[in-house]
Amino acid sequence: MAELKFVKPGAQEKASACCRPTQSAVQSPAWITGTLMTAEGAIPLISPDLTRSDYWEHVKCRTSAFRNSYVVNPGLYAIGAPGKNSDILVSANYKLSFDALRKALKGLNAWVLVLDTKGINVWCAAGKGTFGTDELIRLISITKLDRIVDHRRIIVPQLGAPGISAHEVKKAAGFKVCYGPVRAEDISAYIAAEYKATREMRTVAFPFIDRLILTLMEINPAMKKRYPLYALIILAIFGLQPKGIFFRDALVGGLPFLVLGLISVLSGALITPVLLPFIPFRSFAVKGWIAGMLFVILSVKFTAMFNQMNTVLLIFTYLFFPLASSYIALQFTGATTFTGMSGVKKELKISIPLYILGIVVSLILLLFYKIGEWRFI
Amino acid sequence: MKYLSKVASLEFFPDLCVGCGMCIEVCPHGVFALENKKAVILDKDRCMECGACAGNCAFGALKVDKGVGCAAAVINGIISGGEPSCDCSGKSKTRDCC
Repeated sequence: MAELKFVKPGAQEKASACCRPTQSAVQSPAWITGTLMTAEGAIPLISPDLTRSDYWEHVKCRTSAFRNSYVVNPGLYAIGAPGKNSDILVSANYKLSFDALRKALKGLNAWVLVLDTKGINVWCAAGKGTFGTDELIRLISITKLDRIVDHRRIIVPQLGAPGISAHEVKKAAGFKVCYGPVRAEDISAYIAAEYKATREMRTVAFPFIDRLILTLMEINPAMKKRYPLYALIILAIFGLQPKGIFFRDALVGGLPFLVLGLISVLSGALITPVLLPFIPFRSFAVKGWIAGMLFVILSVKFTAMFNQMNTVLLIFTYLFFPLASSYIALQFTGATTFTGMSGVKKELKISIPLYILGIVVSLILLLFYKIGEWRFI
Repeated sequence: MKYLSKVASLEFFPDLCVGCGMCIEVCPHGVFALENKKAVILDKDRCMECGACAGNCAFGALKVDKGVGCAAAVINGIISGGEPSCDCSGKSKTRDCC
């Protein structure tokens, strides 16, 4: 620790600018509280305390389509007062991942090595390989980690393992990869247990609250991108009359179907994910269809909108909306912690032809209805 | 929660296993256990094909067709004719996923 000294923020801007050009280009974020001087240069010192603005960013990360912009500059950071024997913990440069780690390190003295994962979380980035062996070796090398610490162990989050080959890192960089727990909050217990994680710390669950939070990223794109297009088509179909397009007809005729569209989105993107373990069958397409069908039946039976509905439209309703819910529910496979690619491929192989068939038949039914409405038959 | 049964592409070659336990350490779904100094597969249906075990087995005792279990990614792959990709590696900002 003798060669380390703390410097107040701003005092060493020039020193940090030479090794971190991107960081100096923008104003230093609030979670950098100072600089730690080492023989290998200035290392930004980070706070383990999350502020209100950090939490606000988390809300935006969870809901916004612009979450790609919540990034942290890759490189080495210091937390507490780390020295030559302090642990090195690896993270992704996605703000949510990085914040979870620094919050978990409160009270510890450690080094945090942030890989450039293009703003993607550890697990997804590991799946794509950006959180990977090459990137880890590159960061170990450019941060001169072998000179910053005396030991040769590096703690990589377990969910980074799909992208990392521990034996290759050891061979190329000399560091032994220790896989830490799945959740950052277990890190201090893992370190206290001499780098041993319990089976529980090693296993990924998918609890209600996680499923609920992740539905936001399903509802948001569905409502922003797919629903407006769907609404436009429905309004056009119902508004289209022999004498032109009528707004009143569009609204009166189309309204029940706009509502059903909304119900399908909620059924597929919210209800199915939240009730995932309680809806029968393992296939997401089937789960979504069941939920969708249930909601369509309830809507038709218990709302006045569907009284005396045309039979052709009723058939269309029972055909189209459960399928829409099914398709949307299938998208949630991307958010889960347990679906594999072989399974998804199998589901798609069966369901995509059915979706296409469903859309074609739905359009034919609507055409049939329009022809009937215009009294050409 | 388990996904579809009997689809996971995980393969285990016991002859190559030295019982180091690395697969047990990296598997997020507790697929493996150690029995008589060798790994065993407890429940293959729990495998999500993340590839962590195969990539970290220094002895080549595990093989898995690694990939993302994401419908949007697989559909993107079919449309573009390439590998399943959800394009969240920063190239495209038109679609968000995982």
